[in-house]
Amino acid sequence: MGVISSKLGNLGIVTTTLDEAVNWGRTGAMWPLLFGLACCAIEYMSTQASNYDLSRFGMELNRASPRQADLLIVAGRVSRKMAPVIRQLYDQMAAPKWVISMGDCASCSGVYNNYALVQGVDEIIPVDVYVAGCPPRPEQLIHGILALHEKVRGEHIKEWAS
Amino acid sequence: MNVIRGFATTFKHLLEEPVTYQYPEQIRPFAERYKGRHELKRYDNGLEKCIGCSLCAAACPADAIWVEAAENTDEARYSPGERYAKTYEINMLRCIFCGYCEDACPTEAIVLGHEHRLSFTNRKDAIFTKDMLIDPVPEGGQATPQKVEPGVFTRAIPDMEDPK
Repeated sequence: MGVISSKLGNLGIVTTTLDEAVNWGRTGAMWPLLFGLACCAIEYMSTQASNYDLSRFGMELNRASPRQADLLIVAGRVSRKMAPVIRQLYDQMAAPKWVISMGDCASCSGVYNNYALVQGVDEIIPVDVYVAGCPPRPEQLIHGILALHEKVRGEHIKEWAS
Repeated sequence: MNVIRGFATTFKHLLEEPVTYQYPEQIRPFAERYKGRHELKRYDNGLEKCIGCSLCAAACPADAIWVEAAENTDEARYSPGERYAKTYEINMLRCIFCGYCEDACPTEAIVLGHEHRLSFTNRKDAIFTKDMLIDPVPEGGQATPQKVEPGVFTRAIPDMEDPK
């Protein structure tokens, strides 16, 4: 290394660790599942549309199959009838997988404190990022996605490859 | 001829400015009435406007607000009147940002601002305490608790003026 840099000058050799390379790839192409439950899905759609354009963050398209998706955005209230479906969708996703709980209803059922709804989707699946708002604006969802990217950048291979 | 007209539309759109807001760097202007994160306001002398009456908690449809009041004294005064909010907590994951607390407040202490960055990796981080919600002390004001002359701040609710 010393010889090369003394002969050729500073090449700006890329010294990314494997961690950084893997996490760069994961944050750069995190395809979400095409999945919406209630009014939050409307804001989710407008986040995908050209005004906010999630493609800028590598979320080029929503996969309709959980087998091809990396990110589950729970957009809306989760009824008790829907709970096993969400659990199955989550189980069908291939690791690595992440979950964003979008909005108050998915996070803790918000105003709907009743028997028909699951009081927070984290009762059935693990959640990485909670986004507040009823429904969250597209800005808030993008802020949540960026928070998830921050979290993914902090992951290490030693932790998940064991 | 129709082909040319069709392509003309395509070329017109090619030359248009992109409509995308580059969000984290460029923020789309919010409407003035947009309801974001709450702020607890202060008077100009630094006293807190909140008097701990819990009307906001009563008005809240999602039960997101928790207020605990304590007595003011002239040696340690937090707000005008008898009581102040010792604990003021809002769970941002329960709050639906309807603004009913703002409407219920008799002293206009709680106001929904324009702060929208509200994502959490942990459920506990979503509970905002009084320290996080309250505005900084204004220029020329004192921090609370203040030591004041007795008999000055006896009214919890300020004198109202008739609308002009």
